[in-house]
This record gives sequence, structure tokens and C-alpha cells, in this order.
Amino acid sequence: MTTIERSDAPAEVAAPAPAPAKSGGFTAAAANYIDERTSISGVVKEFGRKIFPDHWSFMLGEVALYSFVIIILSGTFLTFFFQASMAEVTYNGSWAPLKGMEMSAAMDSALKISFDIRGGLLVRQIHHWAALLFIAAIGIHMLRVYFTGAFRKPRELNWVIGFTLFVLAMAEGFTGYSLPDDLLSGNGLRIIDGLIKGIPFVGTWISFLLFGGEFPGTAIIGRLYTLHILLLPALVVAFIALHLVFVVVHKHTQFAGGGRTQKNVIGYPILPVYAAKAGGFFFLVFGVVALMAAFFTINPIWNYGPYDPSPVSAGTQPDWYIGFADGALRLIPPGWEFVWLDHTWSFNIIVPVLALLVLLGLVAVYPFIEGWVTGDKREHHILDRPRNAPTRTGIGAAGVTFYAGLWAAASSDIIATHFQLSLESVTHAIQAWVILGPFLAYFVAKRVCIGLMKKDREIVLHGYESGRIVRLPGGEYIEVHEQVDDYERWKLVDYEVYEPLMLRPNSQGKITGSARLRVRLSKWFFEDRIAPASRTELEAGHGHGAAAHDEIEGPGHH
Amino acid sequence: MARTSRKANRRHPLATVLLIAIGLVVTGGGYALLSSTTTATADTSATSQETIEEGQKLFAANCATCHGMSLEGTADGPSLIGVGAAAVNFQVGTGRMPMAMQGPQAMQKPPQFTDEQTAALAAYVASISPGPAIPDPSLLQGDGDATNGGELFRINCAMCHNVHGAGGALTEGKFAPELTGVAATHIYEAMLTGPQNMPVFNDDNLTPEDKRDIITYLKYLENNPSPGGVELGSLGPVAEGLFAWIFGLGAIIGLMVWLTAKSN
Ligand code: HEC
Ligand code: HEC
Repeated sequence: MTTIERSDAPAEVAAPAPAPAKSGGFTAAAANYIDERTSISGVVKEFGRKIFPDHWSFMLGEVALYSFVIIILSGTFLTFFFQASMAEVTYNGSWAPLKGMEMSAAMDSALKISFDIRGGLLVRQIHHWAALLFIAAIGIHMLRVYFTGAFRKPRELNWVIGFTLFVLAMAEGFTGYSLPDDLLSGNGLRIIDGLIKGIPFVGTWISFLLFGGEFPGTAIIGRLYTLHILLLPALVVAFIALHLVFVVVHKHTQFAGGGRTQKNVIGYPILPVYAAKAGGFFFLVFGVVALMAAFFTINPIWNYGPYDPSPVSAGTQPDWYIGFADGALRLIPPGWEFVWLDHTWSFNIIVPVLALLVLLGLVAVYPFIEGWVTGDKREHHILDRPRNAPTRTGIGAAGVTFYAGLWAAASSDIIATHFQLSLESVTHAIQAWVILGPFLAYFVAKRVCIGLMKKDREIVLHGYESGRIVRLPGGEYIEVHEQVDDYERWKLVDYEVYEPLMLRPNSQGKITGSARLRVRLSKWFFEDRIAPASRTELEAGHGHGAAAHDEIEGPGHH
Repeated sequence: MARTSRKANRRHPLATVLLIAIGLVVTGGGYALLSSTTTATADTSATSQETIEEGQKLFAANCATCHGMSLEGTADGPSLIGVGAAAVNFQVGTGRMPMAMQGPQAMQKPPQFTDEQTAALAAYVASISPGPAIPDPSLLQGDGDATNGGELFRINCAMCHNVHGAGGALTEGKFAPELTGVAATHIYEAMLTGPQNMPVFNDDNLTPEDKRDIITYLKYLENNPSPGGVELGSLGPVAEGLFAWIFGLGAIIGLMVWLTAKSN
């Protein structure tokens, strides 16, 4: 393990420069040659001495990064063979039940990749599985950052960058899903077209602009292709670079523990230990994706057939990351569309779209909201355990529940057939879940957090129940409580609690509306709280010694 | 057949007398009808009188409670006049009939009758009033044009049965079943007779050759597992998403925990 001080730059020069070996042979000479012309060793040294703490959940972002590398590699292969054209051709490849069928060149080339190009199907499946994993890893990485409070100052902007990456990744996924021009993705595009056309006044115009005329037209695949392989990846790469620069600048967060402070990071330096591990981990991720691609079919476009606007298959769903949008549409009750002022108002589309935008917007700005409510301007490098921020954890649980409801709604038909329920009752149950579930989840999560905090406090002060029952000479039975060790104790007491803000007049002596709102929010956030055990309490607790027994339990209690 | 007898016990004592009377009328009428309908449906001519009588007995014992002694229908089941041998062969051959319980739709069970008994029931129903016949085996070989069949399937069937025939939900608890493993005869008969909530695809709508092509396509899918590997139920993105999260990400998180645990 290595400790690095956050404040002092000099600490980072300590390591000896890679010695220009006297007889290092070709490698050393080449390294020297390059270094003399680029001064790269400084960068390597600087970067290599970054410290990365070891906790499994800190590697989730890496999974996203590695999936992206896999996507780039496999995608590059696919571009050699894919033809983003909607020109009509007659399929003449190896998949018998499509032979002689008219289809777009895009579909034709996607089928050729699948059946007539060596390794093509494997690479296609690697590309698609890696895409699913990429966005899943981003999502779960975001949840980790959220629930541990890693988005707090100074990392708010990096949260927004990460959020942008999440949205870009969804866009990447959706454009890619549409490229083969098969029936499934064509239906997906049709839904997007419907969403756009549902925008009042301008919807139809935008749709015609996007598709180059009436849906589906002959332009959309080419346009999506440009987005998919040029614009969006460039943006993703740029944002990943920014994201990582910020990670280096801020240094990594860490969980509380012995010796860990707001001023240091304890872990392994990137070079050599971490780099070796990370490099190995890349191949593990690649291995998992390759195994999935080798053994499990994904997006069998040959079953869907070429896009044709008339058929729609049962069980038509988008890839998982667009599921929440599809679900939101499915949950709207019938009859929300009417004509007014000579315009069709599709509230069955406007309402879910707005709901999704609000949800995404809240996710994007959450760090600023919380920062404003706490009024805390300090930097935070020690992570919260989710239980120690009960309101935040409750809000997160509510958000996850809401999202999960939308997500489930996207598979309402599959839930109905597989559990032999009626489609209507599934839809109604999910409607209730989406509306009531978040409140319930908030309440339960917050209570659980507070309960856990009470338990932690109890353990710190009185030790934990060892399960060992001792009979004292007087005939009395006690359960021995064991004290936690110092290392454990750090984890349990090193957190902060905020108290609700007081309503105070500002410098002009006025009480503004926003101040009131802030006080009210602050009260909501921090009214219920459990303070960590203080030093004096701790010392008092220790006075009891190892056999301290505050609770005396009779044998019958177990 | 415990449940049929339970049904029978619920009958009014006079019902038996009535049943016999109706049975006699029906057989008599059936005789008269037979001569005029043999030309209409190919297979009734081939079935002997004993088969029809055997079918009649089976029908009276197992089906008449719901469908009536002379196929006229009751509150518990629709009239079977004109449904033809194809409908009976499909309903009984796939185990849907005799229906076990009222529900959103008659559920499939293991078939309750042997092939001969099923044929007898079909012959009997067809003998009373003609209807779509059991399809000719030449249409069931799966040797048609799979491309045409695939396109017709996507246009006419996939909205209920899913593009890969994996099945799908309809409203109010009804559903279109999975089509893998369904016998070619039953596929043909389902199209011809439109069981329950499935529309009828008569020969003007889908010609016998079209039906043959659809069967060819379905049998092709059945005999050629996905070149991409395990199909995950052919349920599409939902199954893929679940798999990516649970097994893909699950495996990777397992590896992460393992990697970081090693160092401590
Ligand atoms: C418990 C009552 C019940 C019994 C017993 C029963 N059926 Fe049915 N049957 C029904 C009902 C109800 C339907 C209509 C199902 C639907 O459309 O949802 C039906 C439908 C049918 C159909 C399809 C009619 C059409 O329009 O295509 C046939 C054929 C049929 N039954 C034959 C039989 C035969 C043969 C038997 C005896 C082996 C039998 N049924 C026993 C209740 C019954
Ligand atoms: C409106 C929806 C709908 C359409 C369209 C439809 N089906 Fe069906 N299909 C059903 C339903 C519902 C059933 C179940 C009927 C039952 O249980 O009696 C069914 C049953 C079947 C069965 C019997 C399956 C079994 O397990 O025994 C077959 C075979 C079948 N359909 C084939 C087709 C074919 C081929 C087409 C296209 C030509 C088609 N269906 C179109 C709804 C549909």
C-alpha cells in the first residue's frame, strides 16, 4: 500500500526516474530516444504515481471503459463490411429462409456479416453484448457514486460529465440498434418517429427533417450511421478523456478507515501494481464478453427479417437501456389524445416524455441540489456509507424504484405470458407501483438506514454480541459483548451529520423565499439523524472492559 | 376422465332419456345427411360408419355436456355445426378439448384421446355438418418455400405469436402460444379454423400453398437452432437485457470482488 498526500506536490517526485541503462540494449535506447524528444517520462511518472484505492466497487467505471474499448475494436471490424444504405437489393446469402427476399443493402450486409464473413457473427455479437454491458456498467457505476456521495464537492462537474456519458451511451446504443434495418429496430424507429410527431406544432416538421421526408424514407440509416460511428463516438471519447482528467486531478475517493483522511489517498500506485491489475482486468472483461458472444445469441436479425412498415411482432422491445422510455409509454391509460385548436394533442406522448426529461434532469443536477441544501462548501474525499446519509439513500431508492417500474412496464407482455397473468392487471399493478412505490421505497430505505446507524452506534459503544453466554458465580447469566477493533471502529464512527439549517435573514435583513425553501428542504434532509459516537462517549463505553454487559439476557432469549 | 363423470352426475335424471332420444334423432339425421355431404369433404367418404358411431359415443360421453347432443351448443360451449373435422382434430389433438376449466382461454393439456378416437370424433362432427377437412399430408411435409412462408408469417402471425413463434400476450389474460413443437397438421388446422382468439385464415386469405410455406418456415426454425448460440427463449431484448445484467455484469462483479480480495 502507498499513501499519497493530497496537498503536497513534492511527494510525487520521489521515485527515481527510469535509469537510462548503460547497456540496456534496444529497448532502453528506444525509450531514451523517445523521451528526449517528447519528455513523456514525466507524464508517465506523474500518471503512474497516482494512487488508486482498492475496493471492488471502484472498478465499475473501469468496466464501462473496457466495454467501450471492446465496442470500438469490434465496431471497427464491422465498419469494413457494413453498408449504411437503404438501396433495395435481393438477398442471396446463406440464410435459407430469407433467400430471394428484397431488402435494404444495410440489412443485406448485416446478414452477410452474420453468415458469410468469417468470424462476423461472433464480432457482431461481441459488439452488441459489449454495448449492453457498457451502459449497464455506467448505470451501476452512477449508482455507486450516488449512494456513496462521491459526487460532492469537488466532483459535481465530473458527475455531470458522467451523466452526459450515460446519455451519449444510450444514444450510441439506440443508433446502433437501428442500423441493421431489421423489423425489430424499424419498429423501434417508428416509435421514436411517433414520439417526435407527438411534440405539439413542430413534431411533424422535425420528423420530416430527421427522416428526409415521410417515415421511413431512404435516408435515415445513412444518417444514423454517421451519428453512430463518427459524431457520438467522438463525443464519448472526448467526455471520457475529460472524466478521467478530473479523476486524476481530484484523486480518488476512499471509504473511511484507519489512517484515511480527507487529505490523503491510500492504495496502490497506478504503476506498476495497479496498471498490471487493470490490464489483466481488461482481458477478464473481454473474456466474459467473448464467452457471452460465443455461446448466446443476441439480436438475431435473421429472425426479424427486413424492415417493412406493416408487420409488428409480439414482444417488440427496445434494448434494455431504452426500456424505461418504452415502459413510460405503455403505462399511459387510453384516451389522452384529443383535437383542440385544429391540432392533435397527444398527451399520451407528451406526459411520459416530460416525465422522463424531468427524471433525467433531476439525476443530472442532484449534486447541486444537495450541495445547496447542506450549504456545505468543503471538499469531500471520504465516501459516505449509504446508511449514513439516510435521506439521500431514500431518494436514491425512490428513484431506482421509479425507474425499475418503467423498466418492468416495457416487458409487461412478457411478464403477463410468463406468469400467466392478464396484460391489463400487470399494467395496472405497475401503474400503482410507479406512483406509490417511490414513496414506499423512500420511507423503507430511510428507516432501514437509521436503524443500521443505531445498530452501529450500539456496537461502537458496547461491542457486539458474541453469542457466548457466561454464568457468573452468583448464578446470573450474561452474554459477553466483544469490542470492535480499532480498524472496524474507524469505519463506524468516521462520518458527519448535518443539522437542519436555521432560518436567518440575509445581509439585507430579509428572509427570501428561496431561503425558506432551503430551510424546509434541509429540515426534510436532516431532521432524522443519528450522531456518531463521540470521543467522550467512546471512552465511557470502554470503561466497561471486555466483559461489559449493558444488556443482560436470560438463557431463554435465544 | 373424472371430471366428465362429475359433470354427468350433475345432470337431471331425465336428461339421460332425453339424451338417448336426441342421439337417435341425430344418428338418423346423420344418415340422411351423410349421403349428401360425402362429396363436400374428402375424408368423410373414407371413414366408415363404425368410426362415426364410435365418434358419436365418445362425443355424447365427453363433449355433449358443453356442446349439446346435436352439436347445437349450450351455455358452456359454442355450437360445433360447420366447424369441420379440422377444428375437432386440432382442439382434441392438442389436448384443448374436452375443456378442463373455464378461463380466459381453453388451455392445452396432454391429449385425452388416442389418434383413432380423435379421428372418430372428427369424423362424427364432420358427418353431422360439413366443414374444413383435415389437411392433405402433401401440404404438411415442410418442403415449400421458406422465404415466402417467413414473410407471410411475419405479416399475418408475428403480431400475436412473435417473429420466432415464441408466443405473445393478448388482452385479458389471453395469449398466443409458442409454436415450436406444434405438429404440422395442427399448425395447418389452426390457420384453417382459427381457434378461440385466433383469426381464421381461409383459403382465399392464405392459399393451401401459402399455408404449406408457413409450415415450412416454422419447421425450418425448429430444425435449425440459432447460428448465434443459445436463443434465450427467442424473447428478444428483454431476455438479452436480463442476461447481460445478471450473468454478464454479475460475472464481472464477481471477478472484481475476487481481484480486490486477493490483495488484502
Ligand atoms: C367444459 C365444457 C366443454 C367440453 C367438455 C368440451 N368443450 Fe369444446 N369448447 C368449449 C368451449 C367453451 C369452446 C369455445 C372456446 C373458445 O372459443 O374460447 C369450445 C370449442 C370447441 C371447438 C372449436 C369450435 C370452433 O368454433 O372452432 C371444438 C371443435 C370443440 N370445442 C370440440 C370439442 C370436443 C370434440 C369435445 C369433447 C372431446 C369438447 N369440445 C368438449 C367447451 C367444452
Ligand atoms: C390475433 C392473434 C393471432 C394471430 C394473428 C394468429 N394467431 Fe395463432 N393463435 C392465437 C391464439 C390466441 C391461439 C391459442 C388458441 C387456443 O388456445 O385455442 C393461437 C393458436 C395457434 C396455434 C396452436 C398452437 C398450439 O400450441 O397448439 C398455431 C399452430 C397457430 N396459432 C398458428 C398461427 C399461424 C400460422 C398464424 C398466421 C397465419 C397465426 N397463428 C395467427 C392467436 C393468433
